[in-house]
Parts: sequence; structure tokens; C-alpha cells
Amino acid sequence: MSEPAKPISELLSDRFGDRISIGASTKGILTVEVDTSAWLEVCRSLRDEEEFSFEQLTDLCGVDYLSYGQSEWETDDASSEGFNRGVEGQGPGRFNWADRPEAEDLEQRFGVVAHLLSFKHNRRLRIRCYAPDEGMPIVPSLVDIWSSANWYERETFDLFGVVFEGHPDLRRIMTDYGFTGHPFRKDFPLIGNVAVRYDPQKKRVVYEPVEIEPRVGVPRVLRDDSRYKTDELDQAAEAAAGEAAVNGSAAGEKED
Amino acid sequence: MAEIRNYTMNFGPQHPAAHGVLRLVLEMDGETVVRADPHVGLLHRATEKLAESKPFNQSIGYLDRLDYMSMMCNEHAYVRAIEELLGIEPPPRAQWIRTMFDEITRFSNHLLWIASCGIDLGAMTVFLYAFREREMVMDMYEAVSGARMHAAYYRPGGVYRDLPDSIAPYKESRWTKGKDLKRRNEWREGSLLDFIEAFAADVPSKIDEYETLLTNNRIWKQRTVGIGVVSPEKALQLGCSGVMLRGSGIEWDLRKKQPYARYDQVDFDVPVGVGGDCYDRYLVRVEEMRQSARIILQCVDWLKKNPGQVMLKNFKVIPPTREEMKDDMEALIHHFKLFTEGFCVPAGETYAAVEAPKGEFGCYLVSDGANKPFRAHFRAPGFAHLSGMNEMARGHMLADTVAIISTLDLVFGEVDR
Repeated sequence: MSEPAKPISELLSDRFGDRISIGASTKGILTVEVDTSAWLEVCRSLRDEEEFSFEQLTDLCGVDYLSYGQSEWETDDASSEGFNRGVEGQGPGRFNWADRPEAEDLEQRFGVVAHLLSFKHNRRLRIRCYAPDEGMPIVPSLVDIWSSANWYERETFDLFGVVFEGHPDLRRIMTDYGFTGHPFRKDFPLIGNVAVRYDPQKKRVVYEPVEIEPRVGVPRVLRDDSRYKTDELDQAAEAAAGEAAVNGSAAGEKED
Repeated sequence: MAEIRNYTMNFGPQHPAAHGVLRLVLEMDGETVVRADPHVGLLHRATEKLAESKPFNQSIGYLDRLDYMSMMCNEHAYVRAIEELLGIEPPPRAQWIRTMFDEITRFSNHLLWIASCGIDLGAMTVFLYAFREREMVMDMYEAVSGARMHAAYYRPGGVYRDLPDSIAPYKESRWTKGKDLKRRNEWREGSLLDFIEAFAADVPSKIDEYETLLTNNRIWKQRTVGIGVVSPEKALQLGCSGVMLRGSGIEWDLRKKQPYARYDQVDFDVPVGVGGDCYDRYLVRVEEMRQSARIILQCVDWLKKNPGQVMLKNFKVIPPTREEMKDDMEALIHHFKLFTEGFCVPAGETYAAVEAPKGEFGCYLVSDGANKPFRAHFRAPGFAHLSGMNEMARGHMLADTVAIISTLDLVFGEVDR
């Protein structure tokens, strides 16, 4: 198995220029953001061209970036005023259908993330594109490039309401026949909106509004304090980085 | 002349050969399948959304319930994703324990597969044989985690506890007594590792027994050879992984290609099929069972020689022990914070994949720095395999769809998630 001399990030930026933006790399998987207009073209090149040859689309899923980075508990100024024990906010699972949060105007609300795998180069790549219009998110379909995208895109459509243009068979896949709404959106309640049961009087299955109350015990907290930058962790990270550098130079860029 | 029309029929959702709750809408031309349209989602529990509302550690139990035939492998993908985001690495002994239990899980998964596939295709005996061994595998799970199936044994930073020094023996009962009791408890006198070692050393002879029943069985071959052929190109296009890929002749195993835990330090072979049909997939799985036994023995050997800690000593992520809590204020505070709030994971995203028995099980985790995942997505191998059902079943007879569903090794816990 011959490895290309250049790291994948350089190969990508040389080939696609400003149509893509290269993000962070975690554990050898590079994240690449692609514009919706270039989505199909870039993906086709990633599959067909020798230096990339991503033969398989391993995974595709949607991400709803609504409420990204929002917490339900104030922790920053807690030391001077004492802790407020009340949980504020409507994080996942804390609201029912009637008072679900208004979806705010958020640019780049819906992302479609795909993981590609190259068997030839033993390499993974994460590509992402954002649906341009969050009211009616439309992204071109990858089914013609990788047929494994078929069900993944159906799932993403079902759960997030992202419409894949050019998909041959965009039906719901996970939810019930006749379901309304897209349950994995952040403004969809965790308890759902309808409950289903068998009614012995009517002798048929009936749908009713859910009666259970939302109950989430632990508040969502963001902590960016020194607790998570302990010496041990920093040392481990440094050691890992050092080791990676040594391995990288020894094995001639084994993994990017 | 009478008009001849295709007939549409329902296969499942309650059908013993549908392996759970698969509803397969088949368009039939006589006995031949023209089109197969699987309807899934009847077991959809929104695991990924539930994970968003809970601290990281509390979702480990849900992972067991995805692919409930290979519980610990699912956990492995999830805890690895968390560990990658946290930037921690479990101690070596934990890594070896994980390698060993991944293989025990693989063995147990293939064991149940061979049993249920046998039943689907009319070979009852192998089912009874396989359940004899499965009971011992369940005992190993129970000894280490307290649960026979849903273990929740892997934790970020290691495994929940070290391997126990003993394994519960059988008690005398109306059905097990005298010589029978003695034979059953023969391996159970030492530690759990002794039991696993005795089991793994003996199990190839048991696999021979299954093979005697099936490998050269004329009926078995008639039902599987040349059925559901997947070409290598098609396997790549359809997103196949694991045995589905290797059965089609592509040598690809994440344990070899992208090693995790301690797979780079154990010696094993990757079996590869030639024809890509149901029979080849059967042969690959049987050989994988033998290789698993080989890996288990190597792990037992290392674990016996190298005692040590199985959890990181890092109170920011791993709760302190009860003893430490009793006389250390800091430990008590950490305990309180970890169990009321959990740990916060630095913002970022990662994808961690393991070679689960059914194929590549991946966990895509997005964190925004909170104590709960922002988005967790689980890549289930069965989902991709089932999506190729139409391609594989078209042109086959109705009875062959049973063989195809069976050798895809589907579990609806993971397909529907």
C-alpha cells in the first residue's frame, strides 16, 4: 500500500481550493466543510480520483445546531453571587409539545455529516455541508455516488427534515406511518407529541396527545474552567502529541 | 386468458425468521422475489436523542440495548469516542480486558447467529448445541458485571472493576447433581480467568461439532451456496462492513487495519471468503469463532501475568472508590459532582469505530463542552446491510430471502436504534 507523500489536507486544498474549508483533525479524521453547490462535484472527485479514492460512504447523519453551546445553569459568576439552584432554559427533554421553543433564525442550522472510508489508503474523512435555508433545508443527494447513502439520507430526512434533492425514494424510515414532525430536531420534545394505544371499546388503535410530563434530572452545564485542564490530562495530551510526532516522522506520515 | 399479476405479500413484522421486527414487503412473481422493500423502525427508541438529555456516562446502558447480541462491542465504540474527546487513555490492563471481552462478545454473537441461522434453515440441533456454550459466555458476563446481557461494564477511562477471583459454581438441584454437578463445576474452581481459559481452550472442539452438523451437510449447502451473492464492488457500494465485506473477498478488518485496544499485540488471522454467498459468510463466521478463541487465550495469558489497575486515577472523570470517599474531602466532592452533574467533555467532534461482530460499529460524537453530548450518532452495521436487501434478494425464491436475512446477521435493536 503506497502512501502519498503529502498529507491529505494539502491534497484537498490543492485540488479543491476555496470550494472547501478544512477544519480540525481528531484522531486522524479530518473534517472538511463543503459548500452545498459543490457538494456533489467534490464527492464525486473524492470517490473517483486516485489520490483520494474514498470507495465507501460509511455513515451519513444530520446534526441540528440549534442551541449549540447553550447551558441551563449559570456557572461563570457563581462564585461571587452563590449558585442559583433554579434550572433555566429549554434544553433537550425539558419542554412538551405545547411550549416547545421557537426555532430562532439560525444560519447553518442543519448540517449533514458524512464519514468516508478509503480502503486503498486506509483513511477516513469527515465531510459536512450546511443546508442553506433552515426553513426548508435542501441538500443534493449522494445516492448516485454511493448507494449506501440511500437509507442514511432517508433517515436524516425522517429525523431532521432535511430534503435530499435527487433522492429516488425519499420516504420516512424510522418513524410511524403517518407521523408528523421531525423528532431529532432540537425543538421537538423528547417525550414526543402523540401516544398510541389500543382502545378496547373502539376496537382499534388510537392516537392521543402524550400525557407524561417531561422529566430530565441533570441540568445541562458547560464548564470551561481549569477543572478540565488538569496537569495529568495536559501531560497525557502532550505525551500523545509528542509520540504522534515521533511516529509520524519515523513511519513517514503513517496517518495524517 | 386470465390476467397474471404480481402478488405483494408481507413478511413479518411477526415472523420467526425476520429476526425481530422486520416488515418486509415482497413483490412476488410466483415464488420469485421481484422487489423487496424492508420497512424498519418498529423498534426505534430514539437512543441518539435520549443520549442528548443525559450525562455521558448514563447512556452506556443504552448502548447495550442497541445490538443486544454484542453488548460490550457497542459500549466499546461509545467509551472510545468519549475518551478521544477527553484525551485520556485507559490503563493497559483495562485495554487487555476490553480486547478479551470484545472477543468473548464476538464469539457469543456468532454462536447465537449460527444457532438462529440453523433454525431458520431447518437445522434444529445446532441451536441446542450452541445454547450449551452460550450459557457459559453469559456466566462470564455475569461474573464480571453482574448482568447476563446488558453489562455496562466499559466506562470512559477503563472498565468498571477488575476480573473477579471466583466464578459462581452450580448448586445442587433436582436436575444437576452427583457426577453431572461435578462435571459442570469442573472449570469453576479457580478464578474467572481460569474459567475463561478452560472454556477457550476447549471451544474449538465444540466448533468442530457445529461444523460436523453443517459444513458438509447437503441440505445446508443447497440452502446457502450461491444464494445472496454480493460482489466485492457491490459490497463497497452498499456500505457493507465486517463479515459481509470479508465474505465477498475483501480483506478488511478494523482490528488489523486501524487497531484499537490491544489488537496490535495479539496474533490472529482474518478469514476471507471467495464467492460472497451465504455459505461463505457462514464459513467466515465459523473461522472467526476459532480466531476469537485464539485471541482470548492470549489475553488470558497476559492478564494472568500482569495485575494492575483497570481504571484511570483521574477524579475529574472517574469517580473515587468508597474507601477514598470516606476519608478524603476532595474525593467526596468529586464523587458528588460526578454523580449529580457528570463530567464536561471539551468541545469537538470525533468518530470512533470498532470491529463489532456484525461489522463496523461507529460512534460519531459532537460535544459543545457540556456534560451531555450535543449529538450522538451510532453507525450500525445492520442498517447498511439491510438497505442492500433489495439488491440481494431480487430474483431469488421466497425461501432464499430467509437465508439472506439470516446471514446478514440482523438485530433490530441496532438497525432501528
